[in-house]
Amino acid sequence: MAGKTLYDKLWDAHVVKQREDGTALLYIDRQLLHEVTSPQAFEGLRIAGRTPWRLDANLATPDHNVPTTERSKGVEAIEDPVSRIQVQTLDANCEEFGITEFSMNDVRQGIVHVIGPEQGATLPGMTIVCGDSHTSTHGAFAALAHGIGTSEVEHVLATQCLVQRKMKNMLVKVNGRLQPGVYAKDLILAIIGKIGTAGGTGHAIEFAGEAIEALSMEGRMTLCNMAIEAGARAGLVAVDDKTIEYIKDRPYAPKGELWERAVEAWRELKSDPDAQFDTVVELDASTLEPQVTWGTSPEMVVGISGATPDPEQAADPVKRDAIERALKYMGLQPNQPITSIQLDRVFIGSCTNSRIEDLREAARVVKGRKVAETLKQALVVPGSGLVKQQAEAEGLDKIFTEAGMEWREPGCSMCLAMNADKLGQGEHCASTSNRNFEGRQGFGGRTHLVSPAMAAAAAIAGHFVDVRDGWIGEAL
Amino acid sequence: MEKFTVHEGIVAPLDMANVDTDMIIPKQFLKSIKRTGFGPNLFDELRYLDEGQPDQDCSGRPLNPDFVLNQPRYQGASILLARQNFGCGSSREHAPWALTDYGFRAVIAPSFADIFFNNCFKNGLLPVVLKEEEVDELFRRTEANEGYRLTVDLENQVVRTPEGDAYAFEVDAFRKHCMLNGLDEIGVTLEDADAIRAYEARRRNEAPWLFQQN
Repeated sequence: MAGKTLYDKLWDAHVVKQREDGTALLYIDRQLLHEVTSPQAFEGLRIAGRTPWRLDANLATPDHNVPTTERSKGVEAIEDPVSRIQVQTLDANCEEFGITEFSMNDVRQGIVHVIGPEQGATLPGMTIVCGDSHTSTHGAFAALAHGIGTSEVEHVLATQCLVQRKMKNMLVKVNGRLQPGVYAKDLILAIIGKIGTAGGTGHAIEFAGEAIEALSMEGRMTLCNMAIEAGARAGLVAVDDKTIEYIKDRPYAPKGELWERAVEAWRELKSDPDAQFDTVVELDASTLEPQVTWGTSPEMVVGISGATPDPEQAADPVKRDAIERALKYMGLQPNQPITSIQLDRVFIGSCTNSRIEDLREAARVVKGRKVAETLKQALVVPGSGLVKQQAEAEGLDKIFTEAGMEWREPGCSMCLAMNADKLGQGEHCASTSNRNFEGRQGFGGRTHLVSPAMAAAAAIAGHFVDVRDGWIGEAL
Repeated sequence: MEKFTVHEGIVAPLDMANVDTDMIIPKQFLKSIKRTGFGPNLFDELRYLDEGQPDQDCSGRPLNPDFVLNQPRYQGASILLARQNFGCGSSREHAPWALTDYGFRAVIAPSFADIFFNNCFKNGLLPVVLKEEEVDELFRRTEANEGYRLTVDLENQVVRTPEGDAYAFEVDAFRKHCMLNGLDEIGVTLEDADAIRAYEARRRNEAPWLFQQN
């Protein structure tokens, strides 16, 4: 019998009951909650007279709606009344049901997918869900983690389980090493470019190979974060020393004898050598250049030395229409060089790229330089209060503000523009976030997804440049 | 949840691949703490020429005449015909809420994004996967015949055309059962409460660090 994949092992360990139709009742170890996708779930519990099955499995924080400007006056001072009600509703629901919440002005508050790992609330071998598609992030810790809808949030609150059908196994094997100036973000964009935004649909993707082993935990989180942009609800990376080192001594991590036992179990969280995958994709990291999306889907991506496509060259009519539509929306011409794209705003942040390492990489590029005069705004939004604190202790905030960038409070911010941080119509933005959909960062806004270093260099130059051309300063 | 057994209705063709959830319901409308009222903002950026705001009366907004749902022949449509990877992007259940609030009961496409697909079943909105060539044929017929209607029969798992064709589709038995009977899935799961407790007791032994009080 063939060995098991990492996904098989995680699945098997969590099956409460196998049903005859092929679905299973799967146990959930951790649920993360935020203000946007939870209010209707709590309301559902109330209407049905139900209580949460297991309070300590839940952890909540407001992130999507919170302002990133000064907020010492508290939730009551949130200007947008609809946003304010949503944040207040989360506070009230957590209070009513007894769920731990890092509220807006708690230093531990931040983007759910940053604070889970930061607190050690994300552990290897767990099943983790959240009403947010970027829950795939936590797969970097060999946890089976995926986004769910609000009805499922309610289902997990009430039963600690989900009704699931087992996904297929996909292996993305990345050989070779990324060159300096090329990051996890570039790698995942290239993978999405290769397999498409539906390439991983119905699969859990395990990322493996030399390039993945060489990535930091932050890099692995960036990679797994965007598995969903390749259509896969879950991304996975096997446990190694880096995983264990990252978790050790975090507030929610096991301690003492329990830690030793946990580590021993976690060492098994990798695919067996003879495991079978339904789909295998191989890539060479060593020849990869920095990536920039030109269109309105993450698969519409090209290397920095490249140009926008020519719809005339597309054989498939559905694809041709999509390219034409995207070029029109983005205000770009066919065969236009990427480096010729002028930018209006730059956003460094989001659950994809707002961790301390991301901010260091951006600061390396920015240090001693000034933002281009043509730029209207360059925002730097740390992923959590603790990331912000760490960055300030390292003086990164000064580097950004001296360059003319804005240093903000933690939250999702311009990744989806639910708060006041958004693009104006027709504006081009170099963004370290994860989606370049039409209107995503603001009505009529034009998003280009890049790595933090590429975004930082673009902020200085005012247009896209190859960050490898002398832009990277000394390590900070 | 509203039952879904057999539904017959007008078809609206949305001829675009990779329709994402930001298109289905833009983020500014996710600030609502209710499950209803999203219909007027379904496909907001495609449907209107201006930028929509939450709690706004949409009746006086300028419509995009090119958008399919604004064309007189598709008024009253309750079946959406779409292209591959429909519903990709975020996990927002506001997407199926907006579709049902508008009046859609079924979406037919060659493929769906996973999370959106799951969310549909919780809301009495049936996602139907047909073969690429069948969807192509339905696009041709819908565009050629004003008032084109289809019948989606969940019990028998077929889509029937007025020309007498029947296209079969797959659906999980459990989901089908819940949809046909309008069942609350939580109630069904809680029938297995003993199995959940037994699992927890076993796991507490195997992996006690997963049950720490924080």
